Amino acid sequence: MSPAIASVELAIETHGLTKQFGRQAAVAGIDLAVPTGSVFGFLGPNGSGKTTTIRMLLGLASATSGEISLLGRSMPGSLRSVLPRVGALVEGPAFYPFLSGTANLRRLDTADPGASAATRAARVQHALERVGLTHAAGKKVHAYSLGMKQRLGIANALLMPRELLVLDEPTNGLDPQGTREVRSLVRSLAAEGTTVFVSSHLLAEVEQMCSHVAVMRAGTLVAQGTLDELRGAGEAHARLDTPDPVAARQVLERLGLTPVTLVSAAGAPGHLSAALTAAAPAPEDIVAALVAAGVRVRGFTVAAASLEERFVALTGEGFDVAQ
Amino acid sequence: MSPSDPREPAVTGPAVTGPDSTGPAASVPEPTGHAAIATAVARPRGASGAALLGSELTVLFRRRRTWAMLAALAAIPVLIAIAVRLTSSPVTPGRGPAFLDRITQNGLFVAITALIVSIPLFLPLTVGVVAGDTVAGEANLGTLRYLLVAPAGRVRLLLVKYAGAAAFCVAATLTVAVSGALIGAALFPVGPVTLLSGDTIGVGESVLRSLLIAAYVTVSLLGLSAIGLFISTLTEVPVGAMAATIVLSVTAQVLDALPQLDWLHPWLFSHYWLDFADLLRQPIDWTSFGANALLQGGYILVFGALAYGRFVTKDILS
Repeated sequence: MSPAIASVELAIETHGLTKQFGRQAAVAGIDLAVPTGSVFGFLGPNGSGKTTTIRMLLGLASATSGEISLLGRSMPGSLRSVLPRVGALVEGPAFYPFLSGTANLRRLDTADPGASAATRAARVQHALERVGLTHAAGKKVHAYSLGMKQRLGIANALLMPRELLVLDEPTNGLDPQGTREVRSLVRSLAAEGTTVFVSSHLLAEVEQMCSHVAVMRAGTLVAQGTLDELRGAGEAHARLDTPDPVAARQVLERLGLTPVTLVSAAGAPGHLSAALTAAAPAPEDIVAALVAAGVRVRGFTVAAASLEERFVALTGEGFDVAQ
Repeated sequence: MSPSDPREPAVTGPAVTGPDSTGPAASVPEPTGHAAIATAVARPRGASGAALLGSELTVLFRRRRTWAMLAALAAIPVLIAIAVRLTSSPVTPGRGPAFLDRITQNGLFVAITALIVSIPLFLPLTVGVVAGDTVAGEANLGTLRYLLVAPAGRVRLLLVKYAGAAAFCVAATLTVAVSGALIGAALFPVGPVTLLSGDTIGVGESVLRSLLIAAYVTVSLLGLSAIGLFISTLTEVPVGAMAATIVLSVTAQVLDALPQLDWLHPWLFSHYWLDFADLLRQPIDWTSFGANALLQGGYILVFGALAYGRFVTKDILS
């Protein structure tokens, strides 16, 4: 077993975790620190190494180098004692199509040597209830929709009381209602004290659910911290919609702001954003100054920093935010 | 596997885990066959393999595919019996499969004839499908990652998978034997059987002998199952593993038929497949049974160790 890198406060801790596929590094030396009790958003574009990292955390793939500690114990050395305390949804749900939802959960439950046979039926029932699948429990998974399979996958992660949940894209394939249910499920689990590590490429989802965030880009960790730290310590932004972006930019710069041109979905260039630092004038004065300078204002909003702006800055172009 | 109380609470703590060889990054000793299997069984947490084995058998025998294959096997003796029954001319001794000429005199021979007909192709075909599917099938469905995260334990899962394949071997040969006995009794007279040694045994004992032959055939298929298990750990495409296993069984029989490769014959897993005639003598000659069991045991050890070496270090990326 590797020397103790364990820390009581961290549910997941990695040091220099690396996975090499041939000459390409899928994950290149990341240092994750997931505090116990947090809802930790693991963000990154597709192919940035999120799932590979999760596979290494769970002992499915071996790390080329680096150390992993899960719930204070070294992995994969302590796999047998750690994994029963971890529920996981890895790269989408997977089930036996010819078995019913209930039969599938029972099957996967027998694989856990610590799962009691006496309480199996009750636990399966309870897990199905928690994800709202009781009505379809007897149906063959073959007949399930993608959203139902996703729910069944989450139910599988909840078969036993867990200290840590690793959910890889848990809302994939869910309708808006299902997405909301998953969000509230995650919140209620976190309230019970479960640490939730959730990977996603949906910024809005992470913003609503998570207390902590890490961002992956091409196999490296480009940011990690609490949601507020990542948003720029709660720094608000002013967003301006104007047909006169050039003049507006001059006015804003004169006021001591550093405006950034935002590219809207339609590609129109008339959107500017500027961080409202402590030294910045009051928003109403900014608008007054703009109007006085002859800038036509279509819209002006003040909003707390969104992750999106931060991420575009962190991960550069090519980040598939919309996906 | 030692039986254990599955209600035993989850034991977590430093006391339970030694250096755990099921982790992929843990140092993996050279495959050591028996030793590897023994350590797996001795591990306290690996003890409740009974529940997983039960689940494995349930999944195997709830599949329509399994039942389709067993139905096809059951049809073989039925076809033979009906064909013999409908033919007016007596079967010439020495033509067709062994014992075919005896069927009209004694229905009990239908089972034995059907086993002989099934051994070269039909039984290896179905066993190849099941054994090739063991690990690759789970990988293909994606359930392999969930079994391992549960955590099933890689060695425990491999042992359970092999036990499942072995259970299918038993089911397959028994299906042929029982179906043969039933159709034989329905269409032909049943009476005392004259053995190859000239002795005559009663119906009861001849049924026992049929079961003994079924056991012989089951043992014959265990080596092939181990090969299938190993091939199954190499791929995520179950059809590929199935095809490779079946092709190997045919290849072994072709090689066994080439006199130029005499030296190789005793090492081929199919070499003793048809040598169960000794079980039809009085007293029973166990030589071929023993030689066959030894050979199959060797194949189980070698390919079990290879499967172990491959599977415990494998990155599960499906």
